[in-house]
Amino acid sequence: MCLGIPGRILDKYERNGLLYGRVDFGGIAKEICLAYVPEAKPGEYVIVHVGFAISRLDESEAMEQLALLREIDAAGEAAEEPQDMEKKA
Amino acid sequence: MRFISEYRDSTAVRHWLRELQNLVTRPWTIMEICGGQTHSFLRFGLDELLPKEITLVHGPGCPVCVTPVELIDKAVAIASRPEVIFCSFGDMLRVPGTKDDLLRVKSRGGDVRIVYSPLDAIDLAKQHPDRQVVFFAVGFETTAPANAMAVLQAAEAGLKNFSVLVAHVRVPPAIEAILSSPRNHVEGFLAAGHVCTVMGTEEYLPLADRYHTPIVVTGFEPADLLQGLAMCVAQLEAGKAEVEIQYSRSVRPEGNIVARRHIDQVFRIVDRKWRGIGMIPQSGLALRDEFLDFDAEQRFATADVTAEESPECIAGEVLQGHKKPMACPAFGTRCTPAHPLGAPMVSSEGACAAYYRYRRHEAG
Repeated sequence: MCLGIPGRILDKYERNGLLYGRVDFGGIAKEICLAYVPEAKPGEYVIVHVGFAISRLDESEAMEQLALLREIDAAGEAAEEPQDMEKKA
Repeated sequence: MRFISEYRDSTAVRHWLRELQNLVTRPWTIMEICGGQTHSFLRFGLDELLPKEITLVHGPGCPVCVTPVELIDKAVAIASRPEVIFCSFGDMLRVPGTKDDLLRVKSRGGDVRIVYSPLDAIDLAKQHPDRQVVFFAVGFETTAPANAMAVLQAAEAGLKNFSVLVAHVRVPPAIEAILSSPRNHVEGFLAAGHVCTVMGTEEYLPLADRYHTPIVVTGFEPADLLQGLAMCVAQLEAGKAEVEIQYSRSVRPEGNIVARRHIDQVFRIVDRKWRGIGMIPQSGLALRDEFLDFDAEQRFATADVTAEESPECIAGEVLQGHKKPMACPAFGTRCTPAHPLGAPMVSSEGACAAYYRYRRHEAG
């Protein structure tokens, strides 16, 4: 029930005094209430739960985490290779 | 999809598995609180890839599962009334009450509708001024801001034909109930990423401290879950008990301030009974006095509804991590998703449903 899906804000508008926007989920756009992320802008990613955006996705935080992972992995594989060579030898 | 597929990448998964293997030196028991995380572990088979030292136990983080049977019976009673349009998230429809469930009410001609958002129920109330629209407000803190907004919108529009049946629960008191139990064997927690997206981490600091237990706020994808476990194991191995955030792309320590303010405006904290577990102090939300006009329990006078649990269902043991679903004699035979004895077999977050879907072949 606490399912939250990341989607990208396409536009922002007001309806019944509430902030809404169309949010794109990999090609499917849906109207989402943006009242809890009033500062979010079109183009930004938000996490959406039962029709409400509950947070702005911190892209730099996400990118940093993923970049770090790639670095560690590259380093890890480089370190493992010579050992493998030794074993084979 | 962006920000999902990256976290299902096999390189990332392999990295965190290696990391876990390097970190762990002795057995640890870790509970993931959230039923969504339970399903991810089983769906992706991650539980079977973990170092053998790590035992995962599944927590009570399934709001559908812990909604007390009395409330299901009240929902059934209200939904059966001819003037009512009863709106609910889809998961609740098959949850068994004492005699009936909402799907059967619908099959008998009751106007039971599945909605995506509580605001859809507000729209229905506006479109049908001659009918009573009732929304089943189930959920943890993640869902509370949406439901609070529906009540505020109803108040602002002066809707006389909208009410909510509130079954809201809070996570930290449930963690405390588990940690303070004499039967507790959980040594570390993965806390729920979306609950903390709304609430932040403040309430978890005294729990980690008092029970000397690490709590890592974790996301829902394979790489998130394994990184969360690695962070938790690193703390356990070092004798630390801190609150850390793995799901940092969504969770800030203070949570979502606007959303928290709305929850506080509409709801107050109350003691609440959890299905299969019992009363947990301060673990629920109820409408504040100024919003009692929107309380479905008062509007439809359901106070005399009494309920009975299936004597065969061991949901309480499963929800507290004492037993795995397959330890239940009724699992997969007398209890299936189509004919459930208890709620954890119904919900897309229920542990029994996860084992039925992904591990049934092992029950043999």
